[in-house]
Amino acid sequence: MKKFVVKMQRYWPLYLMFLPGVVYLFINSYIPMFGIQIAFRQYNAAKGVFGSPWIGLKNFEFLIRTKDAWVMVRNTLLYNIVFIILGTVAAVATAIILSEIRNKKAKQTYQTIILIPFLISMVIVSYLAFAFLSTSNGFINNTLVKVFGIKAIDWYNTPKHWPFILVIINLWKGLGYNMILYYATILGIDSTLYEAAVVDGANRWQKVLHVTLPGLKSTIIILTLMALGGIFRSDFGLFYQVPQNSGPLINVTQTIDTYVYRGLMQNNNIGMSSAAGLYQSVVGFVLVITANTIVRKIDSDSSLF
Amino acid sequence: MVQHDRGFQIVANALMIFLVICVLAPFLLMLMSSLTDEQSLIANGYSFIPKKFSIYAYRYLLVQSGSVAHGYLISVLVTAVGTFSNLLITILYAYPLSRRDLPGRNIFAFYLFFTMLFSGGLVPAYLMWTQTFHIRNTFFALLVPGLLMSPFNVIMMRTFFTTNIPDEVIEAARIDGASEFKIVFTVVFPMAVPIVATIGFLVGLGYWNDWMNGLYYINDDRLYSIQVLLMKIQRNLDQLRQQAQNGSGNVNLAELPSTSVRMALTVMGILPIMIIYPFVQKFLVKGITIGAVKG
Repeated sequence: MKKFVVKMQRYWPLYLMFLPGVVYLFINSYIPMFGIQIAFRQYNAAKGVFGSPWIGLKNFEFLIRTKDAWVMVRNTLLYNIVFIILGTVAAVATAIILSEIRNKKAKQTYQTIILIPFLISMVIVSYLAFAFLSTSNGFINNTLVKVFGIKAIDWYNTPKHWPFILVIINLWKGLGYNMILYYATILGIDSTLYEAAVVDGANRWQKVLHVTLPGLKSTIIILTLMALGGIFRSDFGLFYQVPQNSGPLINVTQTIDTYVYRGLMQNNNIGMSSAAGLYQSVVGFVLVITANTIVRKIDSDSSLF
Repeated sequence: MVQHDRGFQIVANALMIFLVICVLAPFLLMLMSSLTDEQSLIANGYSFIPKKFSIYAYRYLLVQSGSVAHGYLISVLVTAVGTFSNLLITILYAYPLSRRDLPGRNIFAFYLFFTMLFSGGLVPAYLMWTQTFHIRNTFFALLVPGLLMSPFNVIMMRTFFTTNIPDEVIEAARIDGASEFKIVFTVVFPMAVPIVATIGFLVGLGYWNDWMNGLYYINDDRLYSIQVLLMKIQRNLDQLRQQAQNGSGNVNLAELPSTSVRMALTVMGILPIMIIYPFVQKFLVKGITIGAVKG
């Protein structure tokens, strides 16, 4: 007991420092975690989250019977898989090319510019996309009609183009960020390995194949696993704001996040919305834990825990 | 060999220049459209080479439209207050976590860490903020939900403290009679400027670019930040288009900003980031590399 008092006398200021963060996390993160039980209740605004009557799994039963349930999970997973594969290939390729360029100034400039899209919000991105895709005066339609004489495309009402558009925008926005991660790894590769390869008579392509790529292997695996851990999540702005909430596109733009938002704010369907949200949280939790466990086995320094 | 390398360098540079053009083209289109005469924009569409230049859009934004100056004020205010508070909370949480001698620090580490693994999601958070804390249409709605503290940043800063600030320095300060709070602000903080700058820029970027809290909690136009304003304008346009498709148009077109004004507004939304970016570019790149590899 006396020991405890002595310890507290010494350490209380340090515990006090935790306080703002502890309070904030409690409100911002922990209360909503408990509030997740709303998915098992029939929400009644007058009675609040903890007073609404329990209804067991009814919300989930209703959700599963809708066509939305399948569409949003399919879209979330497929888009993420394509984003991960193409994003990784593009970033690795760009990082390798950048690392082979000799002119230091040029290198720096390329890197700086390619990161710019990472810095802007999805709202801005949606305006940029609209400048290209606007049906009446967008750049693409203008060019198609005037230069090639092809009929204008009503982009925001034509679902079949959107998987490509969203993938391109995602690549455009994320390339700089991902490239930097791989580029940093390349800079960390032991230069004697390259010298040894030159002594062995390796050409540039062989050096990339036998030194650079093996050097990038663990970073690629780790970042991919981390991304797989988040495969049930999606960027709300990309799937809601960029397609401008256009009804005809919903089949190819609905993800779990947009469904939850629409249920909550537009269709007043809190039951199914919270059921979808809970599903996302629980599966997401399992995926993150799994991904991290595997990462730890490969490289314990890179795992989250 | 050298000849061969020159060929490669040309190809590699050409590829990178192509990428740079792809990255910059949308921004150029935006800038050029904002400088195009409105009539010419309607007649010829968005174009990289305006048929007729005009700075009308910017004059309109600066002189006639109060909402933009106001939006800027809100954005600057939210970003400044938010970044400051966030950094303060982050430093105060990260420092004791970095103290190996502190009993029970693992409990606080787990408390922080668990929020990265599991989340209640939008619905319970939304209900709590609106019904328990009545945050709708207040300044706090832009400042607090989701943005005031990021566990990633805390861990990043903790790692910096443990690896860059020797225990002896802290021990020496304590022997000199400095209190723990004094140690944080006069010993630790000056040594942590690079990481504070990196995290500060990322946090500031998050606040400046945030429009989701505006989407959830704000419909009072006095609280529109520049991003929220842009988002709301687009929503009105969406509604207009949907009504036009249903043949029940009753939104007044004249109330919505014209195409060139919208593009000028977008330019204004990016401008502060582009001004600061070159100065923090090095910090940022470093921050991204540490941050991603060790959360």
